[in-house]
Amino acid sequence: MSNILTLVTFLPLIGALVLILVLRGEDAAAQLNAKVVALIATTATFLLSLVILGGFDASDTGFQFVEEGEWLLGLNYKLGVDGISVLFVMLTTFLMPIVIGASWGVTHRVKEYMAAFLVLETLMIGVFASLDMVLFYLFFEAGLIPMFLIIGIWGGANRIYASFKFFLYTLLGSLLMLVAMIYMYAEAGTSDIPTLLAYEFSAAPITLLGWHIVGGVQTMLWLAFFASFAVKMPMWPVHTWLPDAHVQAPTAGSVVLAAILLKMGGYGFLRFSLPMFPVASELMTDFVFALSVIAIIYTSLVAMMQEDMKKLIAYSSVAHMGFVTLGIFAANRQGVDGAIFQMLSHGFISGALFLIVGVIYDRMHTRDIAAYGGLAVRMPAFALIFMLFTMGNVGLPGTSGFIGEFLTMAGTFQVSTWAAAGAATGVILSAAYALWLYRRVVLGDLIKQSLSAITDMTGRERLLFAPLVVGTLLLGFYPSLITDLFGPAVQNLVNGVDHAVAEATADGLIQFAGAAPAAGGTH
Amino acid sequence: MLSQDVTVILPEIMLAIWAMIALMAGAYGPGDKLASALTWATAGVLAVLGLISGFGVGEATAFNGGFVSDGFSRFAKVVILFGAAIMLILSDGYMRRHDLAKFEYPVLIALATLGMMVMVSAGDLMVLYMGLELQSLALYVIAAFRRDSLRSTEAGLKYFVLGALSSGLLLYGASLVYGYSGSTKFSAIAEVAADGGSLGMLFGLAFLCAGLAFKISAAPFHMWTPDVYEGAPTPVTGFFATAPKAAAAALFARVLYDGFGGAVADWQQILAFLAVASMFLGSIAAIGQTNLKRLMAYSSIAHMGFALVGLAAGTEEGARSLLIYLAIYVSMNIGVFAFILTMERDGKPVTEISDLAGLSKARPGQALAMAALFFSLAGIPPLVGFFGKWFVFMAAVEAGLTPLAAAGAVASVIGAFYYLRVIKIMYFDEAGQGLTGSMPLVHGLALGVSALIMGVGWLPVVNLFGVPVLAEAAAASLFH
Repeated sequence: MSNILTLVTFLPLIGALVLILVLRGEDAAAQLNAKVVALIATTATFLLSLVILGGFDASDTGFQFVEEGEWLLGLNYKLGVDGISVLFVMLTTFLMPIVIGASWGVTHRVKEYMAAFLVLETLMIGVFASLDMVLFYLFFEAGLIPMFLIIGIWGGANRIYASFKFFLYTLLGSLLMLVAMIYMYAEAGTSDIPTLLAYEFSAAPITLLGWHIVGGVQTMLWLAFFASFAVKMPMWPVHTWLPDAHVQAPTAGSVVLAAILLKMGGYGFLRFSLPMFPVASELMTDFVFALSVIAIIYTSLVAMMQEDMKKLIAYSSVAHMGFVTLGIFAANRQGVDGAIFQMLSHGFISGALFLIVGVIYDRMHTRDIAAYGGLAVRMPAFALIFMLFTMGNVGLPGTSGFIGEFLTMAGTFQVSTWAAAGAATGVILSAAYALWLYRRVVLGDLIKQSLSAITDMTGRERLLFAPLVVGTLLLGFYPSLITDLFGPAVQNLVNGVDHAVAEATADGLIQFAGAAPAAGGTH
Repeated sequence: MLSQDVTVILPEIMLAIWAMIALMAGAYGPGDKLASALTWATAGVLAVLGLISGFGVGEATAFNGGFVSDGFSRFAKVVILFGAAIMLILSDGYMRRHDLAKFEYPVLIALATLGMMVMVSAGDLMVLYMGLELQSLALYVIAAFRRDSLRSTEAGLKYFVLGALSSGLLLYGASLVYGYSGSTKFSAIAEVAADGGSLGMLFGLAFLCAGLAFKISAAPFHMWTPDVYEGAPTPVTGFFATAPKAAAAALFARVLYDGFGGAVADWQQILAFLAVASMFLGSIAAIGQTNLKRLMAYSSIAHMGFALVGLAAGTEEGARSLLIYLAIYVSMNIGVFAFILTMERDGKPVTEISDLAGLSKARPGQALAMAALFFSLAGIPPLVGFFGKWFVFMAAVEAGLTPLAAAGAVASVIGAFYYLRVIKIMYFDEAGQGLTGSMPLVHGLALGVSALIMGVGWLPVVNLFGVPVLAEAAAASLFH
């Protein structure tokens, strides 16, 4: 099994090809066939990916399951995973069967729908498994195509605007990253990620068009990568595509978007920005912290005032991603651990919340909060599951949400008490909007006539939520299950950053007025 | 000596003889009844010559260096000959259905292609001009090929007047270069240019660039393109968008690298300006278009801008990236025009973008292929069009032109919008009047193969079908 990663990456694509080339017709039987093929393909991918997880050695901080092959001039086809990426691969393969299951009610162009999701899965796994910069870019960017079609063909009323906004916003950010990548390739002479991780890009100050740029080339490259990942994440103020895309996307599209696609931004920060441009990251910490804290507080307040459930959850996602960027750029063990944890946990929780909206949307065909109320009366199972994930979203101890938020805040506190204080305010606000949403939708008397015949969740729906419930609680009570997996890799990353920053400070390239802990590296 | 010279230009002589035979057969034989047969036969001749060029090796010059046969010219010839052959085959059905089946068409295409072959092999300003004019005169005529249509004759006339102007500019530039360097040979010019040249040389160079920019329709010399593309019969438009573009761009590289290779700083700024202007103008002006042929005209302007980014680098990587870009560009356009040629409603050709509405339901396979091609034209990975951009941007950055690459990145976002709009009309919009008729096998094949190349070319085992490696060898022959 030396090419297990290639297999896992391309298995969904093979499923998509089978769908496109073999299946014919649009009748009910053909639709069912398409769904079954997609489910088999995603499930097989998940089972196969368990082999990777089983064979993964956490104590090894390098890349494992590495495959390398000839590609285009100067580029290599290289795949591999380390402690940071392996769990994102697992998150993707774990969620995709659930996403397919959640799409069982689709009746419009089912074959194309399933094929689009399978292609998307290949591209998402590819992003996390690539060890060649250009290969990474290829997968990263190609994901736009199926998502564009998913929003545009199967989306809501205003889907065309949302799909174009999603595509062009992300493309603009990514192309700046492409130019930076080309520069790095020209500078380091390779697109191999492990080699680039060891390469030291110059941090000597430069003057460009009369501007004195501290951190020099590193800062310029960092900004170009930031343009791409900040849009993808998304960070305030470039988050505005997300609520539109979420509201218009079909349920399964929203789940993939929130649970996996957003994580590519955070993964990119961890794979490129932080380890490759450590000095620039250190210089930009305050900038990122400011944006993150604004995101947490501002988007939480915006979320509170939403009347559309999906929009509310979308804004809450932006707020939660604010914690991730705080943790990453705190650049210490707790912070980065917390950021990764928060991303994985958010993958479960936000995915589940969008599924929850999908459950009642399928029944009532509205996402208007005001159209609901008192659902607990007729939908007790739904109320229970919704409550669990609301608590997860709030960050209640016992759910995975708590661990992620706590660790990121603990990490941030060591760097900036103000940022940590701002983030903590966001936790309170998240309790406000999440609980208020829950009260308005689920609690109270069932007085609306239209809801009087609503039915509780079906067996299929309950089955879909089961793995997510288990995951959220398991990680909440037993976080070291996964922190042990990525811990050594994170420690290695943090040490590298500390070392580079200490060196740059010693060389007088940068100065820190405050008592920055970076130089010490005491862990 | 003469026999040696003749051996070097044997492919060109063969094509010239074939064009004469075809002309005679048409003129003294059954005339237009032969049109279809001549079309296929000419395509066959072009393809055979393409194979001959493709398998050629070594480097040879003829007529005292006036004509060069090297890796670079052979790579360009393969692209030109196969592009022309395929577009010729695709034109056949259209010409017959729409009363245009005349035997002159394949003859003119053969002569234009001959001109292109001479252009890319030029080692001398005189040979350059000869090839360029042979190509241009044939193209003026075929632009006006539908004689009784106002649009087509207008297109032909416009193309002729502006083309003559550009030829005049080019000739004026050539005479200045000759006057100040004392020779029309590229190798002799290069020696003078490398020594610093003179203001007069620089003047001549600027005029040469302006004339060549006309031929590849780079902004601000692009004005003729949209009108000619829209007015000319669709097969002619398809031909314009493929082989002549590749030939003119290769010629541009030939002149600048062979003739002015030592004075990169002199022309780099001109090229960078042309590139930026073309990329932005092509991308922005295309947004408002409603006609698919006009859209493709602006698309070709933008694409030539990207190709010029590679050329502006002035390095071996730049020449390599230009060749890769041209090969990819021609392959994409063949697929797109294979589809446009079959767009019909009730027997009449239609070319509005809105005619594509609902295509994804009516003809899912063709819509998928077109979507792949348009995403590829937009340069979205993993489609092969992305790699064209990757190589030109890389050449620019390695030559220290990072801002140029950044400008190109911004222009491709703007460009992505209008390509996406076509995909949106095919996939998201409700069906309008729709298209009638069916797609002939050859068109389906061309569309499908072109889309497949774009879709799978990036896979690690396919490696863009080895084109980058071939282009690298071809580019190396410019820098020996």
